[in-house]
Amino acid sequence: MISVITGFIDELREAGVPVSMVEAIDGMKAVEMIDLGEKVALRETLRATLIKNLRHEGAFDTAFDVYFSNVPAPIEPDDPESANDVLPSMPERGQGAETEFDLDGLLEALLDALAGMDGESLRRGARQAVDQLAGMEPGRPVGGTYYLYRTLRRLDLAQLEADLIEALMSDEDLSEFEKRLLKEDVEARLEMLRKEIQEEIRRRLVADRGREAVARTLRRPLVEDVDLMHATTSELADMEAAIGPLTRKLASRLARRRKRGSGRLDFRRTVRRSLASGGVPADPQFRHPRPHRPEVWLLCDISGSMATFSRFTLQFTHAMSTQFSRLRSFAFVDTVDEVTDFFGPGVDFGSAVRRITQEAEVVWLDGHSDYGNSLETFYSRYGGQLTSRTTVLISGDARNNYRPPREAVLGDIAKAARAVIWLNPEPHSYWDTGDSAMSHYGKHCTSIHEVRTLRQLEEFIENLTLPSGKTPQNV
Amino acid sequence: MVFDSPKAVVEALTGADYLPDERIAQVVFLAERLDKPVLVEGPAGVGKTELAKAVATITGRPLIRLQCYEGLDDAKALYEWNYKKQLLRIQSDVDHDWDSISHDIFSEEFLLARPLLEAIRSPEPVVLLIDEVDRIEVETEALLLEILSDFQVSIPELGTMHATTQPMVFLTSNNTRELSEALKRRCLFLHIDYPDANREKEILSARVPGLSDHLAKQVAQVARSIRGLDLKKAPSVSETIDWARTLLALSVEDVDEEVLGDTLHVLLKYQTDIEKAAKEFTSSTQA
Ligand SMILES: Nc1ncnc2c1ncn2[C@@H]1O[C@H](COP(=O)(O)OP(=O)(O)OP(=O)(O)O)[C@@H](O)[C@H]1O
Ligand SMILES: [Mg+2]
Repeated sequence: MISVITGFIDELREAGVPVSMVEAIDGMKAVEMIDLGEKVALRETLRATLIKNLRHEGAFDTAFDVYFSNVPAPIEPDDPESANDVLPSMPERGQGAETEFDLDGLLEALLDALAGMDGESLRRGARQAVDQLAGMEPGRPVGGTYYLYRTLRRLDLAQLEADLIEALMSDEDLSEFEKRLLKEDVEARLEMLRKEIQEEIRRRLVADRGREAVARTLRRPLVEDVDLMHATTSELADMEAAIGPLTRKLASRLARRRKRGSGRLDFRRTVRRSLASGGVPADPQFRHPRPHRPEVWLLCDISGSMATFSRFTLQFTHAMSTQFSRLRSFAFVDTVDEVTDFFGPGVDFGSAVRRITQEAEVVWLDGHSDYGNSLETFYSRYGGQLTSRTTVLISGDARNNYRPPREAVLGDIAKAARAVIWLNPEPHSYWDTGDSAMSHYGKHCTSIHEVRTLRQLEEFIENLTLPSGKTPQNV
Repeated sequence: MVFDSPKAVVEALTGADYLPDERIAQVVFLAERLDKPVLVEGPAGVGKTELAKAVATITGRPLIRLQCYEGLDDAKALYEWNYKKQLLRIQSDVDHDWDSISHDIFSEEFLLARPLLEAIRSPEPVVLLIDEVDRIEVETEALLLEILSDFQVSIPELGTMHATTQPMVFLTSNNTRELSEALKRRCLFLHIDYPDANREKEILSARVPGLSDHLAKQVAQVARSIRGLDLKKAPSVSETIDWARTLLALSVEDVDEEVLGDTLHVLLKYQTDIEKAAKEFTSSTQA
């Protein structure tokens, strides 16, 4: 068991989860306190000691499934078959057996298990389903997704869902409202079945190919390490969940004054207090610094070369707009338009994006990025409203299609604002290659950052310090 | 009280009207066995603070609470010298030389113990709750490290004070900022999420006397459904509890879209969220 746990910890590290020496030792010590045959106890013990960040739980769960696939579940069914029905027994059943196999019987058993929330029977049903329907072949190097897909298709989940709804319907004429709740309940139950099946498939893959091999095929980059330029839709969805805390953090960073601490001495209150100690000013009183009310303007390149990234920046903008009342957002391709209102309160992300692509006027000429024109238009339309409290965040790859960069206007923007910060989703080594005009713009920015991953975005936020107060020039 | 299994923790907590899931019970069990602090993280109102209180109840230990806020310092968290008392002592005593006076005034008699020191000095074992630790600045976190790893406090004038009894420590965080690695390494990590519909139903039954089974189930299901929407702020457990109480007070027996529309403001705090949820549920009924 010890060696499995060390292998498991190695796998977590391979997957990018930072498990320190101390934590590994803690994990080892903790498992001595528990019954190793209890899967839940083992899982939660390892989780509590090894994982210190919610974002790493997905990687943890996958690796755990693989490494401890043979740990019996809390209540092992007294089903004699369940003990060793792993792959090797399967080829014998072959195709002939499939016709004999009683699919209807299985569906009925699953239906009962789901209706009665009977975890044990559900697990048994899932095993049987994989046994009969997945068509797993030893030695074939396919990932579990294919088998999962195959099993679920043969099970006909849509029918199962309909049957389950019927089984759970307390009376005939439910209101639409009740039907909706019921449907969601049923979906949650079917999700349990899906999980059981997946777990069972992984168990068999491990039996066939060994832990390391399976873990390797299942390994995904942690959400914080996914390249924002090439993220898949599901990766983008995972990121969305991680963006919330980051924007909160950014909000508090921006609100923070550079000089921390207690502010100026409050002379009057100090003297008044000193009366209590016989006139000795033993308890100096300080004025509380006024909280800073920052303004943020986001300026995003949403051109084709930025498609995935701009979706991400828009997500980020959306999340920021729930944090910040004083956020304005602008989108540009070869010209710029304000999109603040598309993110108005209560608007969900999907419809905001739809409206931006349909209604925002970001294309003037040909739909290829033109930073120069966009920035000049931006400055002439909105520049007058910049103040010494405004932080301008620009996100884009600075790829200007070999058009003149016309970067001087960025200097004007920087002069009017508190700070101009540029986030570039390309690797630093690509800057200034080809049509990238990064250093032309960079020299007018307060700072420029490579932000290719959530991790880098987080680092940027962690280290953010802004020039604190320029004295207002025109208030 | 010592628990011989996570199951025993489940039973004890349930007896104190706190409904844990398997994860929560396992971590409480380990915390007690390993003498390790627990860092509890999760959205607002999922029972983080309440967990520490419930553990205090079931173990019969007093609860000492340090509420964190921005600007919290050692004088408020650890200890402070009672300088007024010290001044009086100095003024009243002109005969002694400074050495003996200073020795005297930096003794325990002149020490004002704040929650952390209080927990260390307590003659009986306590539960120490360090609530909303993400509100203090990273630099202030250092104050906690000594307590969390060695259960001791160093006072330059007095030396190191060791805990005579082992406190059980819970830290809570809403994750508004990343806590330092040093702090996390010392803790068991427990993320509490919104409960699933079954557990929420049990929580409601435990916390709202007189609530029918049917209504508890409906409330829990509606809560789950609403949490699935894209909202500014999802309803917390405390808000579903409030909602259940409201329904009870209105003698509602069965939730329908009309009742929901009339009482949504109990569940949701933002007008835009209320509108969105209302729209969502009425449109589902018109389809
Ligand atoms: N598992 C549970 N069993 C019983 N009651 C619970 C449970 N979880 C939450 N509650 C109820 O929810 C209320 C809110 O919980 P609590 O104040 O502990 O939330 P919190 O997570 O500390 O929130 P915040 O982040 O806002 O401080 C509790 O008073 C309790 O009534
Ligand atoms: Mg709390």
